[in-house]
Amino acid sequence: MLWYTGRRVLQMIPVFFGATFLIYFMVFSLPGDPIAALYGDRPPAPGVIEQIRAQYNLDKPLLQQYLIYIGNFFQGDLGTTYSGRPVSDVMAGAFPITFRLAMLALVFEAFAGILVGLVAGLRKGKWFDASALVVSLLLISVPTFVLGFLFRLIFGVQLGWFRTTVSSEAPWGELILPALVLASVSFAYIVRLTRASVADNLNADFVRTATAKGLSRRRVVTVHVLRNSLVPVVTFLGVDLGSLMVGAIITEGIFNINGVGGTVYKAIVLGESTTVVSFIAVMVVIFVLANLLVDLLYAALDPRIRYAK
Amino acid sequence: MKRSRMGLSALALISVSALALSGCATSNDEEATSAGDASAVVSTNGSEPQNPLIPTNTTETGGGKIATSIFAGLVSYNADGEIENEVAKSIESDDATNWTVTLEEGWTFTNDEPVTASSFVDAWNYGALFSNAQSASYFFDDIVGFDYEVDSELTGLKVVDDTTFTVELASPEADWPLRLGYTAFMPLPSAAYDDMAAFGENPIGNGPYMLDGEGAWVHEEKISLVTNPGYEGVRKPVNGGLEIKFYSTQDAAYADVQGGNLDVLDAVPDSAFETYEAEFGERSVNQAAAIFQGFNMPYYLEHWSGEEGKLRRAAISMSINREEITDVIFQGTRTPATDFTSPVIDGYSDQLEGAEVLEYNPEEAVKLWAKADAIAPFGDSTFDIAYNSDGGHQAWVDAVINSVVNTLGISATGKPYPTFAAALEDRSNDALTGGTRAGWQGDYPSMYNFLAPLYQTGAGSNYEDYSSEEFDGLLKEGAAAETVEDATAKYQAAQEVLLKDLPSIPLWYSNVNGVWADTVSDVVFGWDSVPLYYQITKG
Repeated sequence: MLWYTGRRVLQMIPVFFGATFLIYFMVFSLPGDPIAALYGDRPPAPGVIEQIRAQYNLDKPLLQQYLIYIGNFFQGDLGTTYSGRPVSDVMAGAFPITFRLAMLALVFEAFAGILVGLVAGLRKGKWFDASALVVSLLLISVPTFVLGFLFRLIFGVQLGWFRTTVSSEAPWGELILPALVLASVSFAYIVRLTRASVADNLNADFVRTATAKGLSRRRVVTVHVLRNSLVPVVTFLGVDLGSLMVGAIITEGIFNINGVGGTVYKAIVLGESTTVVSFIAVMVVIFVLANLLVDLLYAALDPRIRYAK
Repeated sequence: MKRSRMGLSALALISVSALALSGCATSNDEEATSAGDASAVVSTNGSEPQNPLIPTNTTETGGGKIATSIFAGLVSYNADGEIENEVAKSIESDDATNWTVTLEEGWTFTNDEPVTASSFVDAWNYGALFSNAQSASYFFDDIVGFDYEVDSELTGLKVVDDTTFTVELASPEADWPLRLGYTAFMPLPSAAYDDMAAFGENPIGNGPYMLDGEGAWVHEEKISLVTNPGYEGVRKPVNGGLEIKFYSTQDAAYADVQGGNLDVLDAVPDSAFETYEAEFGERSVNQAAAIFQGFNMPYYLEHWSGEEGKLRRAAISMSINREEITDVIFQGTRTPATDFTSPVIDGYSDQLEGAEVLEYNPEEAVKLWAKADAIAPFGDSTFDIAYNSDGGHQAWVDAVINSVVNTLGISATGKPYPTFAAALEDRSNDALTGGTRAGWQGDYPSMYNFLAPLYQTGAGSNYEDYSSEEFDGLLKEGAAAETVEDATAKYQAAQEVLLKDLPSIPLWYSNVNGVWADTVSDVVFGWDSVPLYYQITKG
């Protein structure tokens, strides 16, 4: 297992270089001069633009720009944004809040989703199952921004239970509403995955054997049915952690959270390669690690799974 | 000149009345002068400044509203866009070329350094210096000694003594003092020059507000300002400070006013155009602002230059139903254009000769288009208007295109670019295939600022390369005019040239749309769409 983990970690190296170069290339290829566009309809003196382009190495060819960036990267310097802030500062501002939001959403969707899915699976065809299916279908089909606006309007403006936007201190209480919105779609998928998996496993041989051995229903359900049903759900959660970290852009926008999604979006629009690439690099690492964690969890959940040397 | 003297007398009047007040005001003047809690902090919307807060590098609105709050220049603007003296005691000239600026004594920065003539002269030299690459450097280009190519001292600035300096301009400009309230012309304390980047993080100013200690600026989140106890100018705050929160969407900011988390919002989102007046009633504003919007037709395109071009430009202009678009698409939050400036600018007019070209007149439009076709047929060509699709322009571009199609029966379409940068690239490389969205927000309340940067031959924002000797001549005469009235007449005549040539087809002026919570009162919006924060009372 150690060997397996080590090999997986080593695989990150080519992924890292490939991904960062590709992203750098894509931002580089965006049409237009990012510096000239910074000033909107009122261009500064031409000399000013040239000097600032040189300051950010934008006057150099692509490969040279990338090598300068990577060179600095390994010395711990991630470059600066076009407003002169170190990218590391921007990261220190954006990642913690997005991470907290993603964790809250993940906890919510995992607990609530598995619970609802389990009950629905056990009572397949009953009213609880039917309504769980309808609600999950609804959540999947309603776009996140609609739900976000709706929740903000109802619980924020009209009922006043939650703050309409998240303040800069961002206590956990203010993150509940955005986390619910963020978790909604994944929650629906988890309900459906768990339900299908539980319903399948209920008819499996090992469950019949366990019941025949005279185990209590409670033990059969929690140890034999649920544990085996979690393999696809954990796969989903692993991938979802990644997308919750990077894909919260709509939710972050609605609740004015200064997180990863919004920062990267803004940086892309500005053509700010250093920021985009640095953020993507961290995201790549998060994705790879989350997938590794999922693969390792498989063995814990299903004893039949072994890792190749 | 006249204007600055008027400003001085206004200041004198204010100080006289202030004296009168303090003279008779031992008993109950507190209720009389300001309701509300003098220590309450007013929260308002903003956006992360593009650069560290160095006045000469702050040319966008996010940083601008902070810079004007923490700095006081020679003059400041009142709600109507008229100048009032701040640090200046007088700004005088006999020939509109050589100016003598005298400072009021007693002004200090918040680090107790006195504001002297050098505070201005050094700051302006810093802003103008080529290698400092300041975005506002071109604001100093009419001062003797300025150079766009190499480092060069502004030799036209001379410190006479601590409270006097002289300015020599390259050519006469009667309304030169009008621009001095703009952020680029703010003074800097000598501490700034040691480390300008660090200074920009924690700027030390002389304005009505100051930063609430180190780290008051939480990047991408907010900036906290408190009143500057040492400030004695015309913008003395009646509240305890400002919290400017940065929003990524206007929509989130609007929800915060509704939810009671924000006091004042100066930009209502499109999604609330229909409802905000009903919801906020008296606590909302919809007034004209110094923002001109239109679209430009480049001269390098076939069919759009010469006599044929003039006819086509007029025909297109007359085929657009501005009234209907501003009512239907913008719900009355835009005002149809009648000139090239803005209703809040002195000298604005809806009576210019030739302004009827901006009225909806389908019959005349068809006639003019046919006349142009007689010169050279338009044939199967398509008329398009380029816009950046990340700026919310699609709705109105489509409406304008529809108007044109319905009136002239030609093939026309909107041409979206993914980002502003992409649109700008084709614009500056003369690679457009049709018209392009164009907008201008005034830097300072003067007609000159709406005309020279956009239409003068070779000017910075004149991307479509319009060039007219008659227009340039009138602009120069206007700048050199002895009095502001003469200047206005020249600028209006210059616009009449524009109305004939139509380098830009004016559409409308953007209004400022603001709302505020019931926690605050006395909210008045200035000429620049920013509320006069110092007047707002809370509690």
